[in-house]
Amino acid sequence: MADRGERAATGRALAMLAPAYLWLLFAVFLPLAAMAWFSLLSDLPLRGREWHLTLANYRAFLDSPAYPALLWKSLRIAAVVTLLCLVAGFPCALVLARVIRGRSREALLLLVILPFWSNALVRVFSWTILLRPGGVLDAALSAVLPGEVRLGLAFTETAVVIGLVHSYVPYVILTAYLALQAIDQSLIEAARALGAGRLRILRRILLPLALPGLIAGAVLVFVPVAGSFMEPRLLGGRMGTTFGTVIEDQFVAVFNWPLGAALSFILLAVVLGILAAASPALRRSLG
Amino acid sequence: MTRLLAAVAAAALVAPAALADEIRVLNWQGYGTDADWAVAAFTAATGHTVVHDYFTSEQEMLTRLRTNPGAYDVVLINSAFTPQAAAEGLIRPIDPALVPNLANVDPALFANEDLNPGGVLMGVPWTWGLTSFAVNTNDFPEPPDSLAVFWDPAWKGRVSIRDDALEAVQFAALALGQDINAIDDLDAVRAKLAALMPQIATFWSSENDWNQNMASGLFAVATYWSGSAARSISEGLPIAFVVPEEGAIGWLDGLSVPASSTRVEAAHAFIDWMIDPEFYIRWDAEGAPATSNTLAAAALPETSFNRAVLGDPEVVARVQFMRPVDDATREAYLLLWQELKAAQ
Repeated sequence: MADRGERAATGRALAMLAPAYLWLLFAVFLPLAAMAWFSLLSDLPLRGREWHLTLANYRAFLDSPAYPALLWKSLRIAAVVTLLCLVAGFPCALVLARVIRGRSREALLLLVILPFWSNALVRVFSWTILLRPGGVLDAALSAVLPGEVRLGLAFTETAVVIGLVHSYVPYVILTAYLALQAIDQSLIEAARALGAGRLRILRRILLPLALPGLIAGAVLVFVPVAGSFMEPRLLGGRMGTTFGTVIEDQFVAVFNWPLGAALSFILLAVVLGILAAASPALRRSLG
Repeated sequence: MTRLLAAVAAAALVAPAALADEIRVLNWQGYGTDADWAVAAFTAATGHTVVHDYFTSEQEMLTRLRTNPGAYDVVLINSAFTPQAAAEGLIRPIDPALVPNLANVDPALFANEDLNPGGVLMGVPWTWGLTSFAVNTNDFPEPPDSLAVFWDPAWKGRVSIRDDALEAVQFAALALGQDINAIDDLDAVRAKLAALMPQIATFWSSENDWNQNMASGLFAVATYWSGSAARSISEGLPIAFVVPEEGAIGWLDGLSVPASSTRVEAAHAFIDWMIDPEFYIRWDAEGAPATSNTLAAAALPETSFNRAVLGDPEVVARVQFMRPVDDATREAYLLLWQELKAAQ
């Protein structure tokens, strides 16, 4: 009797999980598997083309110094962007979660989420208008300060970082906000009763308890930024070639899907490797 | 009497029908041959009717010719693909006697190597265009006449080229005086592009992008396409398109008759109409690429881009027309270009 009930429960669980897993199978696993297959081919298996299995696409990564150099550049930019997102996002989340109450908090949260509602391309284009020589930023500074101000930010790596931080900081704010909001107010009151100052409360209670949220936010930022191509292309000018733009070129410009797929999987492997290497430290801080 | 009239009427009805053919044209959609007025004028003049079919890539065009023998009578082939089509026996030699307007076609285009594989004219030169460069006339009251302006330190940070490996490599080869279709010194090209990099503000990617950067004053000098330049000028952008003394990179489209065509005379008549000045003058007003017919170019209004900038046979003589590029070469160029960009 109990056995049958258990089996029925398992069946119900399966029925409820099935759509999600089927969706994952079709939307994630199959395309990834197709790409993994492409990455091992010498040419796209189209009509009239000769192809065979090969590892040459992966070897191509090592044959040219350009690919490792660009991968390093992409990872470096991703690290800087992640750090800046944390530095900018945490105080914002702190104020939202612990200081502001009521309707104004809702309004501010909405403002944080608002950029998500606009097209990413539009956001990046607006930065090109702001940053270009003689653009909005230069014009505004020239109006306030004496002389013609030329920041020279357009088409530099700094411009790429600015654009990426703007695009990804909401992830950190939202994850940190959720973590901070979940902290029991009585903990803080107890700390205060025991004579802890604001800084000590921040360091000993808020930061450690918000850490899972910050780490989740950092991962959410680091992984896509490492593969980003649109922001570097539009904001970086001639400095904007990254591992992501090289992969995009293989797919879009030269129709070399096998090499593009192989480069994508190398990026995926490196990012997973970084996360795996960091995971003991992360687990300790989360535990 | 009534019977006689009826017979005459019947003969009148039948006679043109016997001479009139329906020709089938294979082309890109919206590319000149299928303009309503052009087809109507052709039908009115010859009695032949025209049906269109379209391709979306050169490979598709070749596949259609291979798999549908007899289905087409006129086909548009970019000169880079004409030798391949001729070698596969897909197209037949043009009969110049049936295309009187050929007499007015620019001699350089008429003798184009790719349109004359094996010394036989296999495609009638129809339209062409250039990749060259344009300057902002606010910065250049007098347009420069050499590609050296791209490397001039005076314009550092206000120069742009397109982020395209093939175009970049061919552009540098042109500046070095090399044959863009047989680059023999790739190291020199690499060094030339490496020297160009610090000059560049940003790469441009689309016509719209180009226009914005030129309008905002970011670009002073940038590579550009002739068709796009004509549009930008007509929109009022203060630019001048330059075909420098080093020459420019050109593309050339020809009209051919498939080997399997059963209406060869009508097909030639249609091709003749396509290079007729009367057809071209009207097409130019709607925005056309440059014509192969020197009479047609000369008959355009003086303000027309296709007459003022591209109408001079001297310009055509300087152009290096693009030939087919094989995959290995393409990949070598891409690698060179990526290494240069990665080194920034």
